[in-house]
Amino acid sequence: MSTGLLYALAGVLLFVMGMAGAIIMAGALRKILAFNIMGSGAFLVLVGLAQRDGIPDPVPQAMVLTGIVVAVASTALALALARRLAADGDEER
Amino acid sequence: MPDSAREFFSAVFLVIGAFFYLAGTVGLLRFPDVYTRLHALTKADNLGLGFLVLGLAVQAESLAAALKLLLIWPLTLAASATVGYLIARRARALGISPWLRPEDR
Amino acid sequence: MNLALVFDLLLALMLLWSAWRALAAPNATRAVVMFIVFGLFLTLAWGRLDAPDIALAEAAIGAGLTGALLLDAVRTLGESAGADAGGARSPWRWPVLAFSPLLAVILVVAVLEAPQQLVDLPAVVERNMGLSGVTHPVTAVLLNFRGYDTLLEVAVLLAALFGLLALAQGAASAATRESFLLHTLARLATPPMIVVAGYLLWAGAHQPGGAFQAAAVLAAAAVLLHLAGLLPAWVAPGRLLRLGLAGGLLVFLAVAILPLAHAPLLTYPPAWAGALILLVETALTVSLGLVLAGLFLFLSGRSLRDEETR
Repeated sequence: MSTGLLYALAGVLLFVMGMAGAIIMAGALRKILAFNIMGSGAFLVLVGLAQRDGIPDPVPQAMVLTGIVVAVASTALALALARRLAADGDEER
Repeated sequence: MPDSAREFFSAVFLVIGAFFYLAGTVGLLRFPDVYTRLHALTKADNLGLGFLVLGLAVQAESLAAALKLLLIWPLTLAASATVGYLIARRARALGISPWLRPEDR
Repeated sequence: MNLALVFDLLLALMLLWSAWRALAAPNATRAVVMFIVFGLFLTLAWGRLDAPDIALAEAAIGAGLTGALLLDAVRTLGESAGADAGGARSPWRWPVLAFSPLLAVILVVAVLEAPQQLVDLPAVVERNMGLSGVTHPVTAVLLNFRGYDTLLEVAVLLAALFGLLALAQGAASAATRESFLLHTLARLATPPMIVVAGYLLWAGAHQPGGAFQAAAVLAAAAVLLHLAGLLPAWVAPGRLLRLGLAGGLLVFLAVAILPLAHAPLLTYPPAWAGALILLVETALTVSLGLVLAGLFLFLSGRSLRDEETR
């Protein structure tokens, strides 16, 4: 088995784990963590699968590089939403 | 320096570095409280890192690359000393008392 | 079985274990710390996959900046936000747990039996490197061959920041006076970090590095300064800051539109490609650095609960 394929398979498992977590976890923070793990799994599949023959492929690498930056931005936005939700929940109580 | 000598010194430094990392990790897992674990992390691992970058610098293609590698060490030292201090201070603020040998308690 | 594959297998197992711990840890702080550990393992994995560019970004952004954001969120949201680790109350718990292994098997088989690529992308990139204006393939893809994606991605980042600004409310906490040691470290570390960012930006043309990694280092410097109490949290962007935040996208857009007179969007004349990419990357480094720092500094310390109890 090549290095690329191995990490692609690990990525698949991370994706499924993250997806299950994002659905069944109750806390907003855990959902955000699960969503990030899901994304990381997708990144690993993208790069690992393209490089299963052992040749570095700059195209998926560049995509994942931008993906990581988008992931942190969406995480920050999600955390801002979670804070707002928590604050509004407090007001209703 | 001939290449064989370079590789020899590099391997020796890398093995020494790995040994200190191993010691630091054993300390992290086996030491009884946060203060002693910090001790293992900030001392053993930093020494290990020093030997690792030294081992890699010996193999570096150019002097500039070697110096860049060696620069990693003081930067990490400064960061880990500060972080070690902050964690210890926080632990003390939380009221965690240092571990003592049973006969000293 | 060779030694490298054993290492890969071990690393893959550590990835799965740390991800599992991040989801199943009993309290929120522990979960976030395990997520940071997961990010560091992932950095190693990118190194093993011959992707040093991604490894740099993952270390600085995936593990570093995301970790700082999450820890800050735990502080303001409180442990309760992540307390319900088991998810026992979710009605979807059993269906999802039953369906997940099935999905995993299907996806694993799909990955194992995925057909070979029809287009040999690395070879296509290799053939066109001469036209790209740079010699590092990832930078060539990022800013020339697939510049369109990067342009939109910068816009998405800015949109996320707008959303965050619309949501953030409550007074930002004043900078606290932190320990002398952290203060000194922040003062000492900031100039080298700026130099490193400049170096990464310049190196991007011919080796791993570039605007994204450089911006991540700049943002990390800003976060460090803030945590040391030297840089107050941002409340609302003034005119200069707004220009800085949007400048990268505006310069990129201008460079994209300029050749429209005689070529499609984002086609650089090969003779000018190198200079134009450097211009775009420089603008992106400053803007993305400010945007990434803004993700932290606009949110930081806005403890809504504290304000209400006061």
